[in-house]
Amino acid sequence: MTPPLRGLTVLGGLLAIWQGVVWATGAPPYILPGPGAVAAALHAEAPRLLPHAAVTALEIVLGLGIGTGLGALAALVMASARPARRWLLPVLVVSQAVPVFALAPLLVLWLGYGLASKVAMAVLIIFFPVTAAFLDGLRRTEPGWIDLARTMGATRGAVLRHVRLPAALPALASGLRVATAVAPIGAVVGEWVGASRGLGYLMLHANARMQVDLMFAALAILAVFSVGLYFAVDRLLRRALPWQPDSHPDMD
Amino acid sequence: MNAPVPSPSVRVRVDRLSLGARPLFENLRMTLPGGRWTCLLGPSGVGKSTLLRLIAGLDRGRGADIAAEDGEPLAGRVAYMAQRDLLLPWLSARDNVTLGFRLRGGPVDAATRGQADRLLARVGLDGQGDAAPGTLSGGMRQRVALARTLMEDRPVVLMDEPFASLDAITRLRLQDLAADLLTGRTVLLVTHDPLEALRLGHDLRVLSGRPAALGPPLHPPGDPPRQADDRRLLALQADLLARLAEAAS
Repeated sequence: MTPPLRGLTVLGGLLAIWQGVVWATGAPPYILPGPGAVAAALHAEAPRLLPHAAVTALEIVLGLGIGTGLGALAALVMASARPARRWLLPVLVVSQAVPVFALAPLLVLWLGYGLASKVAMAVLIIFFPVTAAFLDGLRRTEPGWIDLARTMGATRGAVLRHVRLPAALPALASGLRVATAVAPIGAVVGEWVGASRGLGYLMLHANARMQVDLMFAALAILAVFSVGLYFAVDRLLRRALPWQPDSHPDMD
Repeated sequence: MNAPVPSPSVRVRVDRLSLGARPLFENLRMTLPGGRWTCLLGPSGVGKSTLLRLIAGLDRGRGADIAAEDGEPLAGRVAYMAQRDLLLPWLSARDNVTLGFRLRGGPVDAATRGQADRLLARVGLDGQGDAAPGTLSGGMRQRVALARTLMEDRPVVLMDEPFASLDAITRLRLQDLAADLLTGRTVLLVTHDPLEALRLGHDLRVLSGRPAALGPPLHPPGDPPRQADDRRLLALQADLLARLAEAAS
């Protein structure tokens, strides 16, 4: 069975279980609508859903870009200067003890109801996995490569640029995959706390009015977008790093 | 390919170097004769690689003094080749060969790339400049590493078991190739293989004990690379094995 076919089979199975639960419990549509009702809502409410989806997608993509850029930069600074690492790394680790979701109301207060607070939320969530993974990669360079570069008369900067940085790209890619998976959470949580647009806002709005089918429709769009984004990023990274082999097929 | 300038002798003096409680080296004196191959043998852990790394400037020992006998500093005149090929997997074979130029910030121009391709051809990899290291066999990768060492064009070449991970036939071929291409350079070859040392070395030294001391040099007859089936080598091999067995006891 090919992977796309397998994916479709799993999706079909899950939809069947969903419909089965609806039938078995006899739940009213304002508690748990069936897949058919959600599909109908998706179709009927599409003109309303799509603008909100576009806003959320923009927040996620912007957050992912900015968060990855800042995270990679922070890792590079820490890898190139030991004092920077000594001072910044503890700050970074402690910052992870603060639940980012608790900051969401504050971000909305500071940055307003618009795009900025949601992007900031996504950036905060993305920053740490990217920095941690990339810094780890930068610090685990094959020692033999560094020895070789030193005998060739390379400066520290040249070793970082030509050896350590490219060698750490697979680690950065792992961090980026994690970041891609968590970025939508940041955007949606930001929208829950305070927004006038976006799928998160729409879901909260629909929930309050018992429009559960609309809420599920928004959720479905978010899920499809997140999964699509993840596979797009994964594919891009594989293409960009062809020398980084996957694990042995037998180990899967 | 002969060295453009005469390769200097290298004088090594280590007053004291400790790893753990007991000194590894104490009052160690060694000279690598200029333009000749010195092979260093000895049991594992005796400090052969440490000595090579000291000369390469990779480790610093207190009271270690490494000097070229022509009075010029040794820094920038040493090329290093390890047991593993250390090819960067994201660069092509050609870009790996020219790695030193890139690391020193110089432009890698057409002439440099052409030279890299000629060296790849000399080590038997004609037309493989664009190949990714991951697509090459172990022997081919080590050939690229040899080409990279030659590209550096340094009068002093330090090799740490460069052929140890290769199969017997590939090893013999690469030994001949290296002996040919590095003629006239001051070479230090650390090896576990007595036959390799006998084939390639002008001077063979056995390092043993703790603190480590060097045995008297052994000079095999004739010019390297010597044939593996040379009867005189086989006789010397018995002598060398006896010395190594004594060193390991």
